[in-house]
Amino acid sequence: MVTVSMTVNGKQVSGEVEPRTLLVEFLRYNLGLTGTHVGCDTSQCGCCVVHVDGDSVKSCTMLAVQADGSSVTTIEGLAQGGKLHPVQEAFRENHGLQCGFCTPGMIMSAADLLQKNPSPTEHEVREWLEGNLCRCTGYHNIVKSILAAAATMQGAARAAE
Amino acid sequence: MVEKGIGVRVVRKEDQRFVTGKGRYTDDINQPGQAYAYFVRSPHAHARIVSIDKASAESMPGVLAVLTGEDCAADGLGNNVCGWLVKSKDGSPMKMGPHPLLAQGKVRYVGDPVAVIVADTYQQAKDAGEALEVEYDVLEPVVSLADAHDAGVLVHDEVPNNLVYDWELGDKAAVDAAFAKAAHVSRIDLVNNRLVPNAMEPRAAVGHYDPGSDSFTCYVTSQNPHVHRLVMSAFIGIAPEHKLRVVAPDVGGGFGSKIFIYSEECVVTWASKKIGGRPVKWTAERGEAFISDAHGRDHITHAELALDAEGNCLALRVNTKANLGAYMSTFSSSIPTYLYATLLAGQYKTPAIYADVQAYYTNTVPVDAYRGAGRPEASFLLEVLMDQAAREIGMDPAEFRRKNFIPKDAFPYQTPVALVYDVGNYEATLDEALRLADYKNFPARRAESERRGKLRGIGISCYIEACGIAPSSVVGSLGAGVGLWESAKVRFTHTGKVQVFTGTHTHGQGHETTFAQVVADKLGVPYEDVEVIHGDTDKTPVGMGTYGSRSLAVGGEALVKACNKIVEKGKKIAAHMLEAAEADIEFKNGQFSVAGTDKSVSMAQVAFTAYVPHNYPQGLEPGLEESAFFDPPNFTYPAGTYVCEVEVDPATGVVQIVRFVAVDDFGNVVNPMIVEGQVHGGLAQGIGQALLEGAVYDEGGQLLTGSYMDYGMPRADMLPDFEVVTVSGTACTANSLGVKGCGEAGAIGSPPAVINAITDAIGVRVEMPATPEKVWRAIQSTRLARAAE
Amino acid sequence: MYNFTYHRPKSLAEAAALLAQSEDAKLMAGGQTYLPTLKQRLAQPSDIIDLGAVAELKGIKEEAGGITIGAMTRHADVAHSEVVRRVIPALAALAEDIGDPQVRHRGTIGGSISNNDPAADYPAAVVALNATVRTNKREIPADQFFTGMFETALERDEIVTAVHFPKPEKAAYVKFPNPASRYAVVGVFVARTGGAVRVAVTGAAPCVFRWTEAEQALGSSFTPSALDNAGIDADNLNNDIHASAEYRAHLVKVMAKRAVEAAA
Repeated sequence: MVTVSMTVNGKQVSGEVEPRTLLVEFLRYNLGLTGTHVGCDTSQCGCCVVHVDGDSVKSCTMLAVQADGSSVTTIEGLAQGGKLHPVQEAFRENHGLQCGFCTPGMIMSAADLLQKNPSPTEHEVREWLEGNLCRCTGYHNIVKSILAAAATMQGAARAAE
Repeated sequence: MVEKGIGVRVVRKEDQRFVTGKGRYTDDINQPGQAYAYFVRSPHAHARIVSIDKASAESMPGVLAVLTGEDCAADGLGNNVCGWLVKSKDGSPMKMGPHPLLAQGKVRYVGDPVAVIVADTYQQAKDAGEALEVEYDVLEPVVSLADAHDAGVLVHDEVPNNLVYDWELGDKAAVDAAFAKAAHVSRIDLVNNRLVPNAMEPRAAVGHYDPGSDSFTCYVTSQNPHVHRLVMSAFIGIAPEHKLRVVAPDVGGGFGSKIFIYSEECVVTWASKKIGGRPVKWTAERGEAFISDAHGRDHITHAELALDAEGNCLALRVNTKANLGAYMSTFSSSIPTYLYATLLAGQYKTPAIYADVQAYYTNTVPVDAYRGAGRPEASFLLEVLMDQAAREIGMDPAEFRRKNFIPKDAFPYQTPVALVYDVGNYEATLDEALRLADYKNFPARRAESERRGKLRGIGISCYIEACGIAPSSVVGSLGAGVGLWESAKVRFTHTGKVQVFTGTHTHGQGHETTFAQVVADKLGVPYEDVEVIHGDTDKTPVGMGTYGSRSLAVGGEALVKACNKIVEKGKKIAAHMLEAAEADIEFKNGQFSVAGTDKSVSMAQVAFTAYVPHNYPQGLEPGLEESAFFDPPNFTYPAGTYVCEVEVDPATGVVQIVRFVAVDDFGNVVNPMIVEGQVHGGLAQGIGQALLEGAVYDEGGQLLTGSYMDYGMPRADMLPDFEVVTVSGTACTANSLGVKGCGEAGAIGSPPAVINAITDAIGVRVEMPATPEKVWRAIQSTRLARAAE
Repeated sequence: MYNFTYHRPKSLAEAAALLAQSEDAKLMAGGQTYLPTLKQRLAQPSDIIDLGAVAELKGIKEEAGGITIGAMTRHADVAHSEVVRRVIPALAALAEDIGDPQVRHRGTIGGSISNNDPAADYPAAVVALNATVRTNKREIPADQFFTGMFETALERDEIVTAVHFPKPEKAAYVKFPNPASRYAVVGVFVARTGGAVRVAVTGAAPCVFRWTEAEQALGSSFTPSALDNAGIDADNLNNDIHASAEYRAHLVKVMAKRAVEAAA
């Protein structure tokens, strides 16, 4: 067993894990953060996407020990001060989810897109989602949600100027 | 008026928890002392189990139990069951081999569970699973459906030719007579490709035995927890029904694959008792899901359509071979029969139809219902054949369909394949779809594509489906082992809040929202004051669950009936409170009032009075809580027209969907936003089937498409922005809400639209999935043929 | 996943020493291929030496008119590098299209070429651009680096440190992705550097290869139509459920023409 320490959703955490423990397993079992899901074994579905040091990654394709010293944000840490992140709000408003299983990964992926490309085209959104599978929505309302979130965030940014 | 009642685009109640990561799926449930199960599965498609030596696995670290089929038998556990008895043409019952929880004697597909290892951690269980010594005597498998009859290999010794049943429907003599006088006959051979459901949440179960109460709890990814409880109790024999609680918490998509009662949930529940009551959890890895979730479709069909000289359909003759896999899954027998051939009339007035279906065992994963279940297969066959016939006689495919539609004044309409369609207006959805798709200007768009070296095609599909399968007496007479009613309970609290309990289950459909809308509408209470509770056999009334787009049409109507009872009782209480005769009390918008006066009391006041009955009608029971069951008089019949436009790159065979229009008649609609979302998802699955999904086995029975590396799933960048329109349609007459169901339409109507569009583009039909290579080869062959002319 | 001992060296020297210590030790770069392999229990290393903390292996710099990319530089960093976009835009575009965004945030060029997956994208760039692979021991020319399916010229205790790409006059990469995995069914990188044309094909065969007939044809005329009569033998190409050898041979030509068109 080895000790890992990292910042998760702004809190310093540590735990004892086997080296083979995946980051997603550490989050789900050691920390009880079950919002991050596992939907495949081959790194395609994206149900497990979290942010590590500011970038979206698949937490099923990273060892917990590799995240030692990193800052991790999961779906549970996206809302700030009880207020939903604009991407979360947009998914709710635009029916961007059905069963909800792919949703945390989808939202974390989308939030990363919008921090890197604040006003993506529909085509860019669809391409960005290459690493996120959804079986319920046909992606239609997911794409709509992300574009709506982009518009909201752009509006908020302009208002702040 | 209630602000968020029927017909309003209400944002979903359930989403707050899902967007914040607070959903609670089966694998999120962790209990003190929880152990983990790993299933050792057959690596062979067909083999005799010579021996299983448990010792090496039992001695591995953390191992609590190693259990096999022999242990199941020793404990008297029953086998998995198929709940629908189909009879062959000669009246004999279908032939089945036993389907034990863990293999006994033989394994019959790659993935067949052989043993379970229970250990302190999952990795320990898996380590021990690898150490378990199983000796197999490998047998020749029968893998291909086409070969199943004459392979000389039997999946089950008691089933000759692997033929489970040879079933028929329709008037053969009438069909033969019609063909004899046909001016034109269109013939087709086609395959409906085998699919893997792939709900994003893999199946999971946590079994827990409580020695104190001698009772069991099973958390499981189920679309129908009461059906799980019934089968696990009455057939598997885990515990009597009153000692078994089944909970289906948040479930991450089902699409049919989570209807069925699988070995794993039975085994972990039983195993919990074997290890003294520690909870036992199993969660499928995705690779495991590919070889253990029931697959869908997998038909080979030959069909013929007879036409008269004017292009009227005279008769349809269909022969289908259906692959049921290595064992009969929970409802597998009904899919290629009563859910398939009964839909072969489509939207058309074809007077004579005959279908016969041979269902076979093969050494592959069991096949059962997958989104649409039989109806997509019927719709695909019919709509591709209609298109072909139109081309052969030189008619526009849209006009050919229109000519053969059941006219809107012909309802109720008795089809030649048993169903009675209650309502419909097929021209309305066709017209709207053609208008939205700008059908008449397609030639200009085709010419523009040609200038860019691309091939453009347009395809139509006019589908019909049957939802809310019922009534129970009819399905019972056809062989169903269960009733297909639904239940509901409505409970007011002291403070006027409402708890709604339903026997259906929501796993993406949004019942927590739509059912609350219905109740708010019917009882005139604020939508926010209604909470929908489902998925727990200890909390909800006995129900049949969610599949076949039945929840609103059957479960929703049960809810309406319960609401009506609340209102009836409320009138008695209100009459007493208002000192008026019950007959004079009117109920509207949450207020009970005395007709012709301004005297009224609110539903909340009535509810309070019901629980604090200090001044109360004599003889009336206190409380305000009503239950109802609903057994519909008929199926519901959603229908519509889908138009797909594709552009094909002749250099690579890549098909791009440039436009997709879906126009559906779902009758009345409770929440248009949710209905459109259901269609979007169905379209993606149907387009997936048409273009890239397909389970492929090698000759030895290994699943070659066993992960997302090899099984193509639809992604965002291959799908267009859908144009989905729900017309204000023909209200269904089988329920007072006038609703029909919308969960499967997209997956039923879209595959033929896509394939017809490709055929239109390249001039020849390719089998699904229409992969780039198949399309490219088809283009090459037509070019060679043209060059040779 | 089987258990292993985990190491996170801070320097190349430390990593090399760890690698030399154990016969069954394995290096891990971004882990985007290796971790799924381990999860499926297809490999059982005794030790994993994670190169993630070796700072000297990261970074992109202009050098000798070309670009040198550190082995642990992520695909996303290559894709978004101002230097790469300016000097070899085709390389940035290739990196932008590897896997998906999350894979690009972890996967590295060193990991990709050391693994030499037959369907990986980077090997095509390394070969077509006639890059030089630098290791802790030597420099290996592209043509000698990729030796077979999942095989390279690397010795057991050798670590890729960087790849140096000369600047081409014209270059482009076009791939035909597998609809399921999105790996290349066929990917063709075409480059003209110092007047010489190289055409490297990935995905189509067990290992990246140069399509010499196309190189000759394009040497005389760098136009798509120059490839009309260039032949490619389907016999040596992969044949699987995703694409027959014949279809792959056809796609090689189509992708090559499109690459020439994009490069020209």
